[in-house]
Amino acid sequence: MNVLIIGATSAIAKATARIYAEQGCALHLIARNEDHLQALCGDLTVRGAAAVTSGLLDMNKFAEHQTTLDAAFAALGEVDVALICHGSLPDQDKVAQNFKQAQKEINTNGMSVISLLTDLAPRFIEQGKGSIAVITSVAGDRGRQPNYVYGAAKALVSTYLQGLRGRLLEHKVQVVDIRAGLVDSPMTAQFPKGALWSSPERVAQKIVSSIRRGGHTVYAPGYWRLIMLVVCAIPEFIFKRLKF
Amino acid sequence: MEAMGWGRYPRTQAELVEPADSAALQKHLGAQKKSASFIARGAGRSYGDSALATQLIGSRFWDNFLSLDEERKTLRCGAGVTLGEILRVCIPRGLFLPVLPGTKEVSVGGAIAADIHGKNHHRDGSFGMHVIELSLVLPSGELRRCSAVENSELFHATCGGMGLTGFIVEATLALAPIESSYIDQQSLVAPNLQACFERIEESADSHYSVAWLDCLARGSELGRSILYLGEHSPARSRKSDRTFPERGRVGIPFATPAFLLNRATMSVFNSSYYKLQASKKRRVSLDCDKYFFPLDSLSNWNRLYGSKGFLQYQFVIPSGAALTGITTVLERISQAGKGSFLSVLKKFGAANENLLSFPTEGYTLTLDFKNEPALFPLLDELDRIVLAHGGRLYLAKDARMSEDVFKASYPRWEEFLAIKQQVDRENRIASLQSTRLGLTP
Repeated sequence: MNVLIIGATSAIAKATARIYAEQGCALHLIARNEDHLQALCGDLTVRGAAAVTSGLLDMNKFAEHQTTLDAAFAALGEVDVALICHGSLPDQDKVAQNFKQAQKEINTNGMSVISLLTDLAPRFIEQGKGSIAVITSVAGDRGRQPNYVYGAAKALVSTYLQGLRGRLLEHKVQVVDIRAGLVDSPMTAQFPKGALWSSPERVAQKIVSSIRRGGHTVYAPGYWRLIMLVVCAIPEFIFKRLKF
Repeated sequence: MEAMGWGRYPRTQAELVEPADSAALQKHLGAQKKSASFIARGAGRSYGDSALATQLIGSRFWDNFLSLDEERKTLRCGAGVTLGEILRVCIPRGLFLPVLPGTKEVSVGGAIAADIHGKNHHRDGSFGMHVIELSLVLPSGELRRCSAVENSELFHATCGGMGLTGFIVEATLALAPIESSYIDQQSLVAPNLQACFERIEESADSHYSVAWLDCLARGSELGRSILYLGEHSPARSRKSDRTFPERGRVGIPFATPAFLLNRATMSVFNSSYYKLQASKKRRVSLDCDKYFFPLDSLSNWNRLYGSKGFLQYQFVIPSGAALTGITTVLERISQAGKGSFLSVLKKFGAANENLLSFPTEGYTLTLDFKNEPALFPLLDELDRIVLAHGGRLYLAKDARMSEDVFKASYPRWEEFLAIKQQVDRENRIASLQSTRLGLTP
């Protein structure tokens, strides 16, 4: 199987790439930090990947998306799985007051993903098979005071994916929206961790199994579906007063 | 956060910092105040306070494999990789770690820092002896490579140095070839301690050798034990020869009430275990997970000792004095009305050149005690017995030894300190243990 991973050095992406490598897949990794990327390539090779190639990309340089994906498809030939993982978690106080910052975060977490998906869709249509999976967030399910800018960007992607899923259905391409809950990774290093936090490895197992089974909207870990059901059921006149 | 070792005693408030890589670690160290002190923490499997301080630098994200040379049988990896991960990747290629402790959950960095040993110490020595090279980030932020030939003084201080010389970020390990991951185990029954020593001496050629001991047996049965010998199975062209067994685990969700562990329950457990094992088949073939890591199938087994935690007491006594020394220790424990659920006896081979490494030629006994106030005076007494017989305690298990006992039993501590001070003039690397033992102010 040939797997393309974008934002490959994030903790969840890394754990997912390792599972695919141990299954003997060929991987093409795209990320911004060259040192981290090279280290991960070495790791995946040791773990048994059939081949590992890579490309550097700053996700916010939209003009470079096409050539980067050209190189990826050239390296892999057919792509069975394309997984988009990159993201950044902004400081809400800063982005709520500064549009430039908010725009940058929405570009990173939202627009850059839309750009990549726009480019990937025709390539997958031409193949007539494969899976496109994107890591979004439970934060996109409802706008909450402490992270609504991040949440809005993720919601943008989730809504986009719902439409894309329908469009690609007749081309036998599946679209998986992975809504990750609280994940203990370098991105969330500053938060104290409680019982709801899960490891990147656990989320990665869920990603691989959902892609294999052809899931649509997947909560990772699964209990987040229940939590978000409750969160979304809270009437707005109460919810607007909540600070969590 | 509240931090603790595997023994869940002692506990302390600590800040945990987990840098993404060595560059992030260097940046973090550079941004710290001169007065700040910290210690490296790997998988948190040392028992006492050796990885406790106000600031802990975690190696969790340094978990990349860097390269595997199947021809030379060497593996280079980050210090946060666990031994279990290495086995999972290496067994399918017919390679194995030459030294394995009782759990696969320890990190490479921790294994080097504690210079851990396994059931084959008499034959293959400790973990550090299979480290070809390691990279260390010093408190100054400088990255230094060291090995037995390059910066060898720093290397011999770092292997077994309990993380006090710097942060191990990477290591190159020598691997051993295997045909199969199965172990053919032979068990021998020894009715008392002397018989057990004789069986161990007779089977000095065995690859692996370890004895389980009924520490509650008294009189003529004192030290009755089952000696387990192991050899790697030859290939039997089973598919499972080359796979690491992944099995489910049973978790212990919370600390069980400590009163369940008392002399009566321990006595029943120990004597029925002895009788059961003594009546079992003498030769079995076990997969390596069952053979090396029986306790890993119970995750958080450390919670079985109750909410106050437990202390593991492991000492070594040189062979000449071992029989009398261990007999005295067992008698003293019995007199005090204490007991250990699991007691493990093993013979060590010769010591190595590492300055604070624990193993030295002799017999080592490991005992678990639940934490209770009456235990501490007893352990102080056991320290005196061990010291009088020329022995010492394992730093990776220790949570309470005194400075005097440490300095009297680790004769090379001053050499160690001289090297530590060369690389860490301001004593920025310190653990609760190093301060207790008088290695840091």
